[in-house]
Amino acid sequence: MSITTGSSTLGERKAIASIEGLSFRYPDSQRHALQDVSLEIGQGEVVLLAGPSGCGKSTLLRAINGLIPHMYPGDYRGSVTVCGLTVAETPMSTLAQNVGLLFQNPENQIFMFSVERDIAFGLQNLSVPRAEMRSRVDEAMRLLGVTDLAHRAPHELSDGQKQRTALAGVIAMRPKLIILDEPTSLLDPKTALEVVSLIEKLNRELGITFIVVEHRLELLIPIAHRLVVMDGGSKVMDGPPQDVLADSRVEAYGVGVPPISRLYNALSKDGMRLPKVPETPEELAEELNGL
Amino acid sequence: MTLIEFRNVSFVHQTGVTALSDVSLTVGKGETVAVVGENGAGKTTLVRHTNGLLKPTQGSVVVDGVDTRDTTTATLSRAVGIAFQNPDHQLFSESVENEVRFAMKNFGFAEGLISQRLDWALKFFGLEQYRKSSPLVLSGGEKKRLTLACILAWDPEVVVLDEPTVGQDSLQKEKLAQIFRLLQSTGKTIIIVSHDVEFLWPIQPRLVVMSGGRVVADGKISVIMADRELLEGARVTQPQLLRLYSGLRNKPAGPFLDVLEARDWIGGWRARREAR
Repeated sequence: MSITTGSSTLGERKAIASIEGLSFRYPDSQRHALQDVSLEIGQGEVVLLAGPSGCGKSTLLRAINGLIPHMYPGDYRGSVTVCGLTVAETPMSTLAQNVGLLFQNPENQIFMFSVERDIAFGLQNLSVPRAEMRSRVDEAMRLLGVTDLAHRAPHELSDGQKQRTALAGVIAMRPKLIILDEPTSLLDPKTALEVVSLIEKLNRELGITFIVVEHRLELLIPIAHRLVVMDGGSKVMDGPPQDVLADSRVEAYGVGVPPISRLYNALSKDGMRLPKVPETPEELAEELNGL
Repeated sequence: MTLIEFRNVSFVHQTGVTALSDVSLTVGKGETVAVVGENGAGKTTLVRHTNGLLKPTQGSVVVDGVDTRDTTTATLSRAVGIAFQNPDHQLFSESVENEVRFAMKNFGFAEGLISQRLDWALKFFGLEQYRKSSPLVLSGGEKKRLTLACILAWDPEVVVLDEPTVGQDSLQKEKLAQIFRLLQSTGKTIIIVSHDVEFLWPIQPRLVVMSGGRVVADGKISVIMADRELLEGARVTQPQLLRLYSGLRNKPAGPFLDVLEARDWIGGWRARREAR
């Protein structure tokens, strides 16, 4: 089983982000939020980051987009390189052109008078020429399906539309890597699935790399290339999602293992041999029907 | 015994947007009711009527025999505790400890009882180490737990939880499920608003489905969750164990409620087959 550490899980992919021996402690804290974490993210990967509350996921995301150490100073050891830039030595404005961040709650992200202006906001800050701005905003609106909403005020939008608008604002910056912190937790199940298929589309069509933190694993598993599990500030598991979920240790880490994966693991433990690790309940039903 | 009754309730926001249209609903004492439906369906508006935080534009809401228009939210809150979806709308004290004490003090609880309940609530929700900290330094998941701790500490008759699982890892969700069982066993009435169908399924609550400000279905979760067309309209997805059950050729009379049950049944089925 390929539950490995280091770069061997990358296969043929080139690394877009490399974290080497990273330890970090917030100034007011006794313990390290991150303990000697090494992780390589390959170009074009969709990486799902999971682990119990307080395991260091959010700290790791901040270390990748530069909020750590630029906005949150602390005891920082090791190195983080993103798109060839050493994060600790690169200004936030430069990093922001390479790494996009989408918050859990779009209300914290969209605030302008219209959808279009909101999407243009980041580009304005970078003083992108007007014509270029126009075409990038139009492209982002088209990709996220919010063109019809261009002149609407954000408060008139549904939650799903808000999340798409926030994501369009991130896409307009043309980042190579996008970090999503629980992007679907406030959305109804259908809208959440729509956001997931958008992530899949942006990954497939534009080759954008995604790092996603999400507690409802069953939503993201179908599109993730890799599942990384953290616990107590360390990386404890890393591999293809189906392999990680089929490892009996995973449930002990407080990761929201989907019911179907838990059932598969329980049946395997009881000595039942099923042809393959199921990705969906329908797949598991088929396997059982075929016995 | 009916504890909460919505009689033809409509609610129109100041902006002119209609959030509830002619909703009639009764909740009995000791019932567990889950409210699901698309974003913007009116779920949060509905539950905010249960303690008088919102009053109907038309129709009436009666809680324990009292029309919510004839009393105050402060009075109703003794019986109905609501944990909001966004804890930042609820937390305001300078310390975690005082946050939990606040309501109990307002309700005139004796100091000895307050200390006892406070200790229990902080311990139960794993917040002891933050006793003296500001609620603002807590993580999103911890804040959420603090709002629950505050409400359970004053022991209301009706516990209303708006999206309690958001930002909670699986250990915390398991703890929440335990709280549900505890509240159910003590005869409390529970109303939970949630998108998390996997969390709701093993609890098997009565399910109220909302869409566009209306109640579009109300009944047993196992029956409603099997109606794909209805779910599609309300943007709700089926739980995994029910999808598995639908796909199986050999299956028991009713769907599996949890993983253990599925494991036992499948194991038994295999043993019976091999014996033949």
